[in-house]
Amino acid sequence: MSRVLVGVKRVIDYAVKVRVKPDKSGVVVDGVKHSMNPFDEIAVEEAVRLKEKKIASEVIAVSCGPAQAQETLRTALAMGADRAIHVEVAGAEYETLQPLHVAKILAKLSKDEKADLVIVGKQAIDDDSNQTAQMTAALLDWPQGTFASKVEKSDAGLTITREIDGGLEVIKTKLPAVVSADLRLNEPRYATLPNIMKAKKKPLKKVTAKDLGVDIAPRIKIVSVEDPPVRQAGSIVPDVDTLVAKLKEKGHV
Amino acid sequence: MSQPHRRSVLNLYKTLLYLGREWPQGYDLFRKRLHKVFTKNSEETNPEKIKMMIKHGEFVGKEIEALYKLKKYRAMKRST
Repeated sequence: MSRVLVGVKRVIDYAVKVRVKPDKSGVVVDGVKHSMNPFDEIAVEEAVRLKEKKIASEVIAVSCGPAQAQETLRTALAMGADRAIHVEVAGAEYETLQPLHVAKILAKLSKDEKADLVIVGKQAIDDDSNQTAQMTAALLDWPQGTFASKVEKSDAGLTITREIDGGLEVIKTKLPAVVSADLRLNEPRYATLPNIMKAKKKPLKKVTAKDLGVDIAPRIKIVSVEDPPVRQAGSIVPDVDTLVAKLKEKGHV
Repeated sequence: MSQPHRRSVLNLYKTLLYLGREWPQGYDLFRKRLHKVFTKNSEETNPEKIKMMIKHGEFVGKEIEALYKLKKYRAMKRST
């Protein structure tokens, strides 16, 4: 029986078209729909499934962020997590919060809560860092199974199937371990209305990074945030000869 | 509406409304259509038929969930 810690992040919804602020200091977040990072949903789902299979005894959801991160935690609770921890990081501190800081917080919490398994999404869809799982594993000195597409319990620990370039890799790890969820690990369930109501009664603990003794002083400065370059308009060529001529002109043939 | 099914019909309506919040063409359109369908059948008194309709409504709910899941999966697959 083990305890599972799941990291979740509140991000701008995947369906929203992201806009850059005119002063290039970041992206517009006010009045924009937010939801749980899709990869974290997969992580929560995996933890809840482990609990349903009686492999895990308790699922704890953790989120670092401003007060609204609690909504995301409620979603995790509605999906089946038992309790939640909200690490409050607000305002300017949140803007420069980096995977390393989150990893330190997660590492500290997994020790405090005596977790045997940490599951996080492989990356968040807002900053696409893909570092938190790796750093958490390193800080804790635990084995890591990143980009997991299948997690099974074997006698001594876990058998993890990883998605790697051009195939799958199967590894065995001992527990405790850190796992990061890839897209094909499972299909996350939809948080139903009655479950969301029930989630409001589940315990949610609020702490600050300072309480945990984690320094979240900025290590970077955001210089500028810019839109990706717009794709140049194409042109239609009348026949094959012109096409070949144009390609030759540009040195592609 | 016959009394024994009142609760389950209301529940179904609420659940579907909740699911409609993320409807791609907008919540308003979804809500209008949903309301229209429910009012259209509101005169139904045959309990067997009402039961069938509730079953159908639940099925539609499952389909909507599946649609959202697929939409999200495809968006993720494209971006990574």
